[in-house]
Amino acid sequence: MLGSAHGDMLTLLGVVVVVFGFLLRFNPLLVIAAAVFVTGWTGHLTLSQTIAALGHAFNQSRLVSVAFLVLPVIGVLERAGLQERARIAISKIRAATAGRLLLLYLFIRQISIALGLQLNGQAAMVRPLIAPMAEGAAETQTGSISEDSRLLIRSYAAATDNVGAFFGEDIFVAIGSILIIKSILDQAGFPVQPLQLSLWAIPTAILAFLIHGARLLLLDRRLARRKEPQR
Amino acid sequence: MIRLEHVFITVGIVFAGFAVFSALDRANPKRFGNAAFWGLFALSFLGGSHLGDFANGVLVLCLVALGGFGAVGLGRPQTTSPEERRASAERRGNSLLFPALLIPIIALLGTLTLKDATIAGVKLLDGAQVTLISFTLGTLAALAAAMLWLKPPPATPFQEGRRLADSIGWAAVLPQLLAALGAIFTLAGVGHAVSDVATRFLPLDRPFEAVIAYCLGMALFTIVMGNAFAAFPVMTAAIGLPLIVHKFGGNPAIMGAVGMLAGFCGTLMTPMAANFNIVPAALLELPDRNAVIKAQVPTAIPLLLANIVLMYLLVFRY
Repeated sequence: MLGSAHGDMLTLLGVVVVVFGFLLRFNPLLVIAAAVFVTGWTGHLTLSQTIAALGHAFNQSRLVSVAFLVLPVIGVLERAGLQERARIAISKIRAATAGRLLLLYLFIRQISIALGLQLNGQAAMVRPLIAPMAEGAAETQTGSISEDSRLLIRSYAAATDNVGAFFGEDIFVAIGSILIIKSILDQAGFPVQPLQLSLWAIPTAILAFLIHGARLLLLDRRLARRKEPQR
Repeated sequence: MIRLEHVFITVGIVFAGFAVFSALDRANPKRFGNAAFWGLFALSFLGGSHLGDFANGVLVLCLVALGGFGAVGLGRPQTTSPEERRASAERRGNSLLFPALLIPIIALLGTLTLKDATIAGVKLLDGAQVTLISFTLGTLAALAAAMLWLKPPPATPFQEGRRLADSIGWAAVLPQLLAALGAIFTLAGVGHAVSDVATRFLPLDRPFEAVIAYCLGMALFTIVMGNAFAAFPVMTAAIGLPLIVHKFGGNPAIMGAVGMLAGFCGTLMTPMAANFNIVPAALLELPDRNAVIKAQVPTAIPLLLANIVLMYLLVFRY
């Protein structure tokens, strides 16, 4: 009994490698490879079994990288001035601020993913359109923006896409996470309908909109304050 | 019938193109490192289904070595100057936004209409993968529209695409690598070890404590694994079902729905969720790799607390 409990705890060594590797800022690829070998070793896999398990799992998760298919077309459009056009388009709207624009995007992202529109928003929307628009809106409001503000706005644009996608997707009944919840509860003897699960995802979706939305409006204030001393 | 394998081959061709043009880029001192890196990634998509597990594993280790030891640099493909871009943006007007918007439009329309579509009695595509296939069709249609309209040199999609790919660099393989690590954690029983620790050392005598332990456990375990999907089965079996449902009579549907979302709060806070947090930082050319996480933490923590309260208020009532 003691032996098996001890063996269980040892498997956590891989987690320790990851945590310290990231904290000490080693290259993440090397950290993960190290964690793979440590976990394989503590889990009593041979070296070749570990390498095969790594190859199998990497191959199985190729789905994640299909999003990179947008790179060629986004690149072609950027070459022709897509980001600049996005800035110009938004600068014509007087009421547009970085925060309000991102708030609108948060709303659209939550609604569209709740209706089943899945796409890699970061590569297909944020980099080519949303981030430049938010920067453009901030420039229109305050004349010019510092490099720090520009980077801050970009990070908020990426964050807004994630918040919108995470806290909208579970309202759609046919999404992966809903199906996982259903299958686990079904196996445990509690058959649930996907629609029930979707329904109970709505309160959190609303709270996410309110919390992140409030932060986006505060971003506008923060950007305006940063501008003051230069005036 | 269009299947997932066709999507992978398309991705493979794109990365193979990046590799070829990287190798020809004399302005990049690390051009052969870039070519090897993107070439191996292309090979994974073109041949991964036939290579076998061990060969795929060796391929991954080569990618790790190239990316981890600095063999990949920034290519310098010829592109337009900022002035040329501004002039082009002025000249072409808002129509420039149209091809970019074509991607989500086609992805959505395809998802809604193509699932069971047939041509002459033959199924058009694998219905289970309709979202990814529609997304692929959207990117190809947008690319075709952009090429026909803008008429850049023929190699432009590969040259401009590798400009963006190089800005992501080694981080491009991080999401898949982390997913693989998660799978190996599961194989080695890390989940059981974590739930052992949780149930042995946490006070779980009252409903509120069980709810806190479950939601925080989901978030923390997601932070470690980078994926709420990996955390959900473990935490639900360890704390959710035995305590919240069986012992205290909570509603399993509410527990599952809100518990998963508590896990998503963890996803917002971890570099392990590379495709959401690290790749976008690279894609937006942010010098701080963790800038997106820093922008998300102040949303994630209050939202996690809100989920705990929400679950406590709802799960024992309905």
